[in-house]
Amino acid sequence: MFDVAAIIIVLAAALVLYRAIRGPMVCDRVLAVNVIGTKTVVLLALIGFIYKRPYFLDIALVYALINFIATIAFLKYREMGRLD
Amino acid sequence: MDIRTIVSGVFLFTGCFFMFVASIGIIRFPDFYSRIHPAGKGDTMGQAMVLIGLMIYEGFSFVSLKLLIIVIFILIANPTATHALANAAYVAGLKPWKKGDKR
Repeated sequence: MFDVAAIIIVLAAALVLYRAIRGPMVCDRVLAVNVIGTKTVVLLALIGFIYKRPYFLDIALVYALINFIATIAFLKYREMGRLD
Repeated sequence: MDIRTIVSGVFLFTGCFFMFVASIGIIRFPDFYSRIHPAGKGDTMGQAMVLIGLMIYEGFSFVSLKLLIIVIFILIANPTATHALANAAYVAGLKPWKKGDKR
C-alpha cells in the first residue's frame, strides 16, 4: 500500500519537473521547486512507514521548514534585490 | 485486514489522486496566475490527506503527533508561499492571461 502511493508521488514529482525545466519565467521555476518540496515531505513520511523507521518524520519536518524558508527568502531577494 | 487499514488506504489514495491532479494542472494551465491555483490548493489538500491516512494507520502515539505537526505546518506555510509568489509576480509586472493569447 505505502510503496504504491510512493511510486504515484514520485511520478507526480517527475511531471512537475517538466515545468521546472521549461517554465518561461523565474516564478514558474520557484513554484515548481516549492511543489516538489511538498511532495518530498510526503515521500519522506511514506519512506519512514515503508522501512518502519519513524526517524524519517523528523527529517520530513525539517525539510518542510527549509522548503518554506527557501521560497520566502528567494522571493524576498527577487522583490527587493537584497536580503537584510 | 481490519477496518483501520481500509480507511487509511482510502485516505492515502485520495491524497495521491489530488497530488497527481495538481501536477497535471501545473503542467497544463496557460499562465502563471492560473498555475499557482493547483499548487496552492490541490497540493495542500493532497499532502494533508496522505498524512492523515498515515496517522489513522499508526494509531494514537508520538509518531502520529509528529505527523499532525507536519500537517498543520504545511497547511499554514504552503498557501503563504503561494501568496508570496503571486505578490512577487504582480510586483514584477506580469499581466494575467486572456482568452486568445498565446500559451
